[in-house]
Amino acid sequence: MTSPTVTPPTPEKQDGRGAAAAGAPRTLRDRLQQLLAFAGLIVIFAFFSILSPVFSSYGNVTNILFSTVVIGTLALGTTFVIITGGIDLSIGTGMALCAVMSGVLIVNSGLPVPVGVLLTILFGGLIGLVNGFNVAVLGLPPFIATLAMMLVAQGLALVVSNSAPIYFTDSPGYIDISIGTLIPGSGFPNAVVILLIAAVVAGVLLSRTVLGRYAFSIGSNEEATALSGIDVRRWKIIIYTLAGLFTGLAGIMISARLGSAQPATGMGYELQAIAAVVIGGTSLSGGRGSIVGTVIGALIISVLNNGLQIMSIPQEWQNVILGCVILVAVYADQARKRGSAT
Amino acid sequence: MTGQLTEELLLEVRGVAKSFPGVKALQDMHLDLRRGEVLALVGENGAGKSTLMKLLSGIHAADEGEFFLDGRPVEITGPKQAQDLGISIIHQEFNLMPDLTVAQNVFIGREPRAGGFFLRDRALDAKAQELIDRLHLPLRPREVVGGLTVAKQQMVEIAKALSYDARILIMDEPTAALNDAEVKVLHELIRRFRRPDTGVIYISHRMDELKAIADRITVIRDGRFIDTLDTASTSMREVITRMVGREIVGDAKPQDVRDDREVVLSVEGLSTKALLDDVSFELRRGEILGFAGLMGAGRTEVARALVGADPISAGTVRLRGEPVRIANPAEAARHGIGYLSEDRKHLGLLLEQDVNANIGLSALGQRFQSLGFVRARAMRARSTELVSTLRIRTPSVDQTAKNLSGGNQQKVVIAKWLAKDCDVLIFDEPTRGIDVGAKEEIYALLNELAGQGKSIIMISSELPEVLRMSHRVVVMSEGRVTGELSAAEADQESVMHLATLRPATEGDELPDQAAPDENAPSTEAGER
Repeated sequence: MTSPTVTPPTPEKQDGRGAAAAGAPRTLRDRLQQLLAFAGLIVIFAFFSILSPVFSSYGNVTNILFSTVVIGTLALGTTFVIITGGIDLSIGTGMALCAVMSGVLIVNSGLPVPVGVLLTILFGGLIGLVNGFNVAVLGLPPFIATLAMMLVAQGLALVVSNSAPIYFTDSPGYIDISIGTLIPGSGFPNAVVILLIAAVVAGVLLSRTVLGRYAFSIGSNEEATALSGIDVRRWKIIIYTLAGLFTGLAGIMISARLGSAQPATGMGYELQAIAAVVIGGTSLSGGRGSIVGTVIGALIISVLNNGLQIMSIPQEWQNVILGCVILVAVYADQARKRGSAT
Repeated sequence: MTGQLTEELLLEVRGVAKSFPGVKALQDMHLDLRRGEVLALVGENGAGKSTLMKLLSGIHAADEGEFFLDGRPVEITGPKQAQDLGISIIHQEFNLMPDLTVAQNVFIGREPRAGGFFLRDRALDAKAQELIDRLHLPLRPREVVGGLTVAKQQMVEIAKALSYDARILIMDEPTAALNDAEVKVLHELIRRFRRPDTGVIYISHRMDELKAIADRITVIRDGRFIDTLDTASTSMREVITRMVGREIVGDAKPQDVRDDREVVLSVEGLSTKALLDDVSFELRRGEILGFAGLMGAGRTEVARALVGADPISAGTVRLRGEPVRIANPAEAARHGIGYLSEDRKHLGLLLEQDVNANIGLSALGQRFQSLGFVRARAMRARSTELVSTLRIRTPSVDQTAKNLSGGNQQKVVIAKWLAKDCDVLIFDEPTRGIDVGAKEEIYALLNELAGQGKSIIMISSELPEVLRMSHRVVVMSEGRVTGELSAAEADQESVMHLATLRPATEGDELPDQAAPDENAPSTEAGER
């Protein structure tokens, strides 16, 4: 197996060498976790490739990437929240609500696609802003605050759409956001490119900006962060809002892929996204995590789903296996943490 | 105000008072810190040292009194503002972010940035390196703080404090978790920090240490200022006497010697990874064995290790001569050892449940069940009986535990263990947070239990209580037993002396290459 990108730690080097690439892990522990997750991804991929020749074909790999887009986008945003030690359960139904909003704006109100898309993403940010307010200002536990928002969003999606799907049949440009392609004939969908760009933006935000630094700091020791003179409330609101913006983007991506906004969907996506984050080595207790890990985690989930499908394993069993993968990933993480604690 | 005289003072605290609900933590407190000095602040547990520090660092606001900085009155309104005034505090529990690096911790909130939002981590690391070099610290900017030793984490705290251009550095028991070599490095660091325009307030219990580092010693007791003494002309015995203060409490020491009785529990060489080192003692039938020591000495840890709440790394425990292995509190209870936690509210009681459920809890699995069903009537009968024998003041056994007073809650916890027929009872701070009258009742109850042949370990931070109740006193310091005193030998001074002893430790690392104190700029300090 290859061991790419991972440089051994250089304890003797004092200074001068910045962290490697954007989104690069900051610590040895994070590196290990990513190596582990990455190795896991390779192993699973190799496993399916051996069992089925179709699996590693260009078409199917594109397929896998394409099916990672929605979960991946949600997972990117929620990585920030989880690093602060919080959780966001509202991203699944929030995404459905955003999809409906997009339908209302573009189909029902006839707004131009770019304007509709922008407003939808901002609407997602609004959902996150409310979450952030509830958590940071009202002091509600994130689990409860976002659980409530999950229900609110689910209900609103049905109310706004009159419980009927909204079809984007008259807005071909909208659908191209997902399934169109910039490179004619390649069959490589725009959605994957958008996920890639979103991941790079998230990676830069997390590892290169004060926002990311304070997310780690809050998750590591919230009280100490506040005592260091950092406005923890403000940053929490910003971080939940950021997760909301990604929710809005996911709403666009899923409705563009389906060609319609389905108000009754969304539930369950939040758990898949959280699973991706956790498999990628982000600690649910906060303070540790990375965007690279989240992307790998999301890929592991879609590789599993895709591979099991190709092997004609029923949907029900796919969930059983995914559940076991989460257990193994988190146990490996904990075991190492216990091992490294002196 | 007082012109010339205050000019010399860096910081003055005048007539400060602070109350918390039910407690007067500080009254009419005074303190003055001269330029360039290290001022030690000493007092027993609960004397008010930490409260004073919290006022100075802006975590709490004073109810009354004034603060003067450089002779000018100042108000300290919050942690940030205290920092702006140049006051930095290093708490006993560090305020660090374990997942961040040294550099990130030190300059949190003040990171070098590009465009206000993007981090310039290389500049950050360089800045940290510069600070580290200036302070001669054995740290690297990009080390993750959570992986550092306690001593190094403390250095990170100090570096952080000094990076704010602190002029007054307050250290709350900075050596509590350090070994001798690390203490030397710390003292070196403090000496280097000392300049004509800076000052250090150093809280510690360690008399030997104060001799080494402090210029003057301020003693406080029961939230009041007692005295400030020059270290050079004061014996440590004098300091202890002032600290303890109260007239010798001669009342009702246990007279009967119980050395001839059967040994119920014997502990030999008990050690844990975290703290305890070779702890040995014996507990006899009908005896109250007091455990004295300062905060963090390891008394509670002994209890926790004994009942299997924490894993032990070495040592044997014998019950009536039979070696036993106790892996968890349930096994301890089966062996008849009950532990009454110091944190009654969180660890000892089910606050939302009624008295009956609380008393029956421990014995539920054995006495009050058949085939998995609760024998409600038997349990109720027993708890009603215990309520009356222990004189628990409650309308009925159906009263919710949180509605009882502290003293009565404590009795419910005791009843819980009596319901289980425990022979060995470990009381951890049995009278903490209980008013005076209820204390007397608890004391009477302990004596009664001992009289009935129960063996009792009493851990207490209140020295008069230990002296009054114990047939023998085991004194601990830094995870070791530093002495054992009979009731006759034990008095405030002898116990305090043992409690402040730094037990000899073998195998300490050699001190770091810390430079010797060649350019000590401190000699002119206390003069002008």
